[in-house]
Amino acid sequence: MNTLIQLAYFGVAVVFILGLKAMSSPVTARRGIVWAGYAMIAATLVTFYTPGMQNYGLMITAIVLGGGVAWWSGRVVKMTDMPQMVAIYNGMGGGAAAAIAALEFARGGVHSPGVATLAVLGALIGSVAFSGSCVAFAKLQGIMTKTWRLPQQNIVNIVLAGLTVLLGLAIVISGTPVPALIIAFFIVALALGVILTSPIGGADMPVVISLLNAFTGLAVGFEGFVLGNPALIVAGIVVGASGTLLTQLMAKAMNRPIKNVIFTPITGEAAGGGEAIEGSMKEFSALDAASVMRYASKVIIVPGYGMAVAGAQHKVWEMAQLLEEGGVEVVFAIHPVAGRMPGHMNVLLAEAGVPYDKIFDLEEINADFAQADVALVIGANDVVNPVARTDKSSPIYGMPILNADMAQNVIVVKRGKGAGYSGIENALFYKDNCRMLYGSAQQAIGEVITHVKALEV
Amino acid sequence: MDGITALYVFMLAAFTGYEVISRVPVILHTPLMSGSNFIHGVVLVGAMVVLGHADPEDPVQLAIGFVAVFLGAANAAGGYVVTERMLAMFKSDRKPGGAK
Repeated sequence: MNTLIQLAYFGVAVVFILGLKAMSSPVTARRGIVWAGYAMIAATLVTFYTPGMQNYGLMITAIVLGGGVAWWSGRVVKMTDMPQMVAIYNGMGGGAAAAIAALEFARGGVHSPGVATLAVLGALIGSVAFSGSCVAFAKLQGIMTKTWRLPQQNIVNIVLAGLTVLLGLAIVISGTPVPALIIAFFIVALALGVILTSPIGGADMPVVISLLNAFTGLAVGFEGFVLGNPALIVAGIVVGASGTLLTQLMAKAMNRPIKNVIFTPITGEAAGGGEAIEGSMKEFSALDAASVMRYASKVIIVPGYGMAVAGAQHKVWEMAQLLEEGGVEVVFAIHPVAGRMPGHMNVLLAEAGVPYDKIFDLEEINADFAQADVALVIGANDVVNPVARTDKSSPIYGMPILNADMAQNVIVVKRGKGAGYSGIENALFYKDNCRMLYGSAQQAIGEVITHVKALEV
Repeated sequence: MDGITALYVFMLAAFTGYEVISRVPVILHTPLMSGSNFIHGVVLVGAMVVLGHADPEDPVQLAIGFVAVFLGAANAAGGYVVTERMLAMFKSDRKPGGAK
């Protein structure tokens, strides 16, 4: 029986890797998650036959409750709120890894110092991933709106991390640790996760979620070594490594080294540092916008998070189709971090029915702005801010941006006059070729559509 | 599993993870993060094993085990649903240029 279970775990690990591989290409991605899903079900079922197990009633209750709640919440959540759901499910995985370690210590299942070290490491990383993900969830969900920094934040981080390591070491050395020591360790580890993530906000959030995802993977892998379970080891470590790479790719897309994300977050105060911007914002009516675009030959649409929260992607696509019927070339330009996460905007546009061949990455399209008659910026801000190219004192200096300012005309659809998500003034809005169309994306684009239709007659 | 074998498994798994997604387009970053989030939901299996071996007379052990299984199951189920919903939009049968 045991051999059969081990063989099943082996198969599960192989399918997980193949699934992950499939998920890294758009053509096979859907297949990948379905394969991995079947493998997960198989792994769960097989585990029920592990020899010498008890507490089945409690186990099934926990699976039904936990799985049910998560399944339901994942089904009903809006597409725009996906990032925080990924964060919270990830946190739960980290919490589960930490709880496994806690139970192994509580029942005296840890015998050698080597195993104890791995259990402690997994518990530490899992706890940080758990509390950190909860903070990330609270922030993206809008429950926690302020990013706060303690005075001497980095020193507090280091002291707290040091304390956790010391407590962990004490657990390893003591062999049969006292409950008080274990409880203290978990409290400090959880606090560390909160303190680490609290100062981070804005555009850095996806990088943090991705990093915590890699953390959870590692934690699961370490607990896999503790339990001698190869499915956990392979899946956990594979996710740990791929998650680390993914975090690097995301950080690179934003030109924010990971250490800067954690130790010197973009905050309102830092944002005050940039040079003063001269000029004024010039307003535009929906009718003006409609006529400029209707008689253009090429329009590039730059969608941002503002468009997504307004739920305007369907309207925007309707407008794009109208313009195309009139012979205007319309394409979408997507910044790597448009939306709240890399790729999030593509998902939202796909949901609205925009075909892939109209969606272009930053590298593909940046040269085209100079030939475009209109760049229509909808609810995007920092990703088109030219100070990232020009102003060395700006916190976003060096971040790759979409060169919307190079288009002949720039129309910015924006709710109000405030600064962007990161709190940095946008020099684009003050440029001579830029016009502001105020209003929520949904309503503003709706008006543009009406006017475009009127122009047809 | 002895220490050295474990170290080899660790190394090979790490390289695999790194290689497997090294050529991923930006549009798939979010779904892939979500997908790998689902895969570490296999922690559920570990949670079931520890709860299964917990002392049925000890409420503390049972409580911790229950929490572990609950969280693990939530990670797996939630991770799957969210990833599947995102990737459902990448269906290849969508006609280019066709709307709604």
